[in-house]
Amino acid sequence: MARSVTTQRKIINTAAAWGIGFLIFFPILWTILTSFKTEATAIADPPVFLAFDWTLENYEVVLERSNYARFLWNSVFIAGGSTLLGLIIAIPAAWSMAFVPSRRTKDILLWMLSTKMLPAVGVLYPIYLIFIKMGLLDSRIGLTVVLMLINLPIIVWMLYTYFREIPGEILEASRMDGATLKDEILYVLTPMAVPGIASTLLLNFILAWNEAFWTLNLTAAKAAPLTAFIASYSSPEGLFYAKLSAASTMAIAPILILGWFSQKQLVRGLTFGAVK
Amino acid sequence: MGQIILEKVSKTFGDVEVIPPLDLTIQDGEFTVFVGPSGCGKSTLLRLIAGLEDMTSGTLKIDGVDATHVPPAKRGLAMVFQSYALYPHMSVRKNIAFPMRMAGVDKAEQDRRIEQAAAALNLTDYLERRPGQLSGGQRQRVAIGRAIVREPEAFLFDEPLSNLDAALRVGMRLEISELHKRLETTMIYVTHDQVEAMTMADKIVVLRAGFIEQVGSPLELYHKPRNSFVAGFIGSPKMNLIEGPEAAKHDAHSIGIRPEHIDVTDSDGLWQGKVAVAEHLGSDTFFHVHGTGLGETLTVRATGELGYKHGDTIHLTPRADQIHRFDASGLRME
Amino acid sequence: MATQHSRSAARLMMAPAVILLLGWMLVPLTMTLFFSFKKYLPMRGGDLGWVGFDNYIRFVTSSAFWPSVTATLVIVLGVLFITVVFGVLLAILLDQPMWGQGIVRILVIAPFFVMPTVSALVWKNMFMDPVNGLFAHLWQAFGLTPVEWLSQASLGSIVMIVSWQWLPFATLILLTAIQSLDSEQLEAAEMDGAPALSRFGYITLPHLSRAITIVVLIQTIFLLSIFAEIFVTTQGSFGTCTLTYLIYQRVLESQNIGLGSAGGIYAVILANIMAVFLMRIVGKNLDA
Repeated sequence: MARSVTTQRKIINTAAAWGIGFLIFFPILWTILTSFKTEATAIADPPVFLAFDWTLENYEVVLERSNYARFLWNSVFIAGGSTLLGLIIAIPAAWSMAFVPSRRTKDILLWMLSTKMLPAVGVLYPIYLIFIKMGLLDSRIGLTVVLMLINLPIIVWMLYTYFREIPGEILEASRMDGATLKDEILYVLTPMAVPGIASTLLLNFILAWNEAFWTLNLTAAKAAPLTAFIASYSSPEGLFYAKLSAASTMAIAPILILGWFSQKQLVRGLTFGAVK
Repeated sequence: MGQIILEKVSKTFGDVEVIPPLDLTIQDGEFTVFVGPSGCGKSTLLRLIAGLEDMTSGTLKIDGVDATHVPPAKRGLAMVFQSYALYPHMSVRKNIAFPMRMAGVDKAEQDRRIEQAAAALNLTDYLERRPGQLSGGQRQRVAIGRAIVREPEAFLFDEPLSNLDAALRVGMRLEISELHKRLETTMIYVTHDQVEAMTMADKIVVLRAGFIEQVGSPLELYHKPRNSFVAGFIGSPKMNLIEGPEAAKHDAHSIGIRPEHIDVTDSDGLWQGKVAVAEHLGSDTFFHVHGTGLGETLTVRATGELGYKHGDTIHLTPRADQIHRFDASGLRME
Repeated sequence: MATQHSRSAARLMMAPAVILLLGWMLVPLTMTLFFSFKKYLPMRGGDLGWVGFDNYIRFVTSSAFWPSVTATLVIVLGVLFITVVFGVLLAILLDQPMWGQGIVRILVIAPFFVMPTVSALVWKNMFMDPVNGLFAHLWQAFGLTPVEWLSQASLGSIVMIVSWQWLPFATLILLTAIQSLDSEQLEAAEMDGAPALSRFGYITLPHLSRAITIVVLIQTIFLLSIFAEIFVTTQGSFGTCTLTYLIYQRVLESQNIGLGSAGGIYAVILANIMAVFLMRIVGKNLDA
């Protein structure tokens, strides 16, 4: 039973929580607001909060000038492609580990996790070299594969924890009913695991979207996603606050919305099921 | 046809021998029950027959054909699981259709068999529902329906009634028995409940620690238990097992006497003791008697109502022709 | 518990994931190891032969090494301290009954989803800029001289930016852990006469200890390799050159592959030490 609390206590809690929530959210809110200001209002002292002439001019400029669509498409391609590719490879692997566990399953899972912890900078040059040799530098395909590999352990882990909640008897029943392994995975396991697969997809899409080491170091003009596009504003161009804000807002808005849907899965995905 | 023969079948998990080599023949059309306490290997044995586990050694023949290495899907067996194992994302109709879909049965034939099974199992009104919307008993019937439409060589049941409440269990027990009479297909049924075994089986296989303790018809097991374990396991309430001087009088290490084979009198019995608990069921009365000097508690079952209550002294006389004698290793002595 | 058939199928289906990750781990790592024993300068002569442990020695004896260790430690420990302490407090606050809890949760979690380059740039320009930044305006409003955050208080500023990004993560995990605490335990303690602070110290905090450990370990692994935040703000100047960034500079900026590779091997060893601890915890959880 919930503990009953005085209204006064609840008001204090609410005020404190909203206050802190607002403070934490403020930089994002400020960025969004600034994106609708003119450059002059954006740096005005004292700062203007809401009472300014709202304009869409910055968005127009950013869209026009920077070939934003290409960066966006690169982000979607790389994040989406790496996640889908990862799922295709991870679903059979997670099936094996969840339903046909052996003595080594645990070790394999932990080993996979340990590859995730490999510091990227330690292998930057070899990857760079391999990419040059294979002509993958500044290509969407190359980056998609790398992001798939760095997120594969998380995908396998998340799916594994979801699959483990599906009773093995149901899969055995399908085997008795004459299903082949392919039928079993396609018609029984996958539809049952749809919620788990969806959250895995969502979280990994977000992680890939925001990845900012490989995307910065392995791309140039052609395959650069939004992370690199924004980083290009660290040049003096960044002094145009309103335009920077408009570009930033466009880069984070889609993922912010997806992220809010995946709060719960976030905990499970990033703690590898250790906190539920 | 569904004759199943196990020859020297064994199973080990790692270093643990779950089932030592055993032989067993199940005749076509027979209702066979594997019964035993939990951990006796009865479910493992069923899963070996199903092909869900590999045998460590031995051969399995279904209708004379070696099926040892045939995958479960190809053995022509249908299984009903303890948890029913229905596909939660499919309607009842799709659940029942699934094995036929896998076998490539044509659509019209599928529908015909579904209608037939649904009618027989009272599921016609529920065909479009999801398993989550059904009661336990209905789910159980869907699981059975899914098994029937395959027209299998044999049905395998893995404790199918243990998730149902007591009243429903009795009803489903009858339905399954009736189904067997109607289909005349081989059925292998695993349970830990000796009442289910006694009421349903043509042949009972009593297992303990992977060993077959006895195979026989329910009444054979009741009247001639091969050893003291089977004697204690089959029959309710349990047989009284008595050791010591009283057993020595019969030249045995221990003797067994079922509660219903002890007569109760006010005086002049062979034994006497105090009633600790009297359970009045109307049709029968159970007495749990202390202080007989024969061991802890003696259970007695008397027909009809007897008015004894806690603390009363009663006299007890076992029927001489119903005394079972066992030797030091627990084996029956004739 | 399965058949030979399904076991071999399982091995087959696990193979792509295992082989890919094995390749991803071994091939570049072997190459890094290989380069770390060479004098290798692609722009200035290329492969200049084997040098044994020279690079390893040079990396740790260079004047930039100890400052980079200090910077790394300050950032990792600073961020951990801030996120754990405020994370616990915030989690407790969010666990209290209030109106609009869902919305507050959304507000608090939001920074985690902001891409690192965006948060670094927004903080750098719009908040920490000594002329036009919001902080500068705020300081001036109180008649103070604006601080040049990213040069005068560079490490502190980066700790602050990174903490802002990771506080939601810590809060969310700790909140999940708090919500799994049986409220009857707290009520029992209240009945036993324990005041609020003791209830926190004896029941809530011990219950959270596992979650805190996990937060610390996972964040450490990520924090050791933060890159974009530094790349976008200071480019490693003003004492913000972490170990990761130093290796990056050696490899890409000064194109001294051998030296950078030796540094990379150090980083791998460091990460593995952290990983061992995390594995222990996660592994234990797997058995349960």
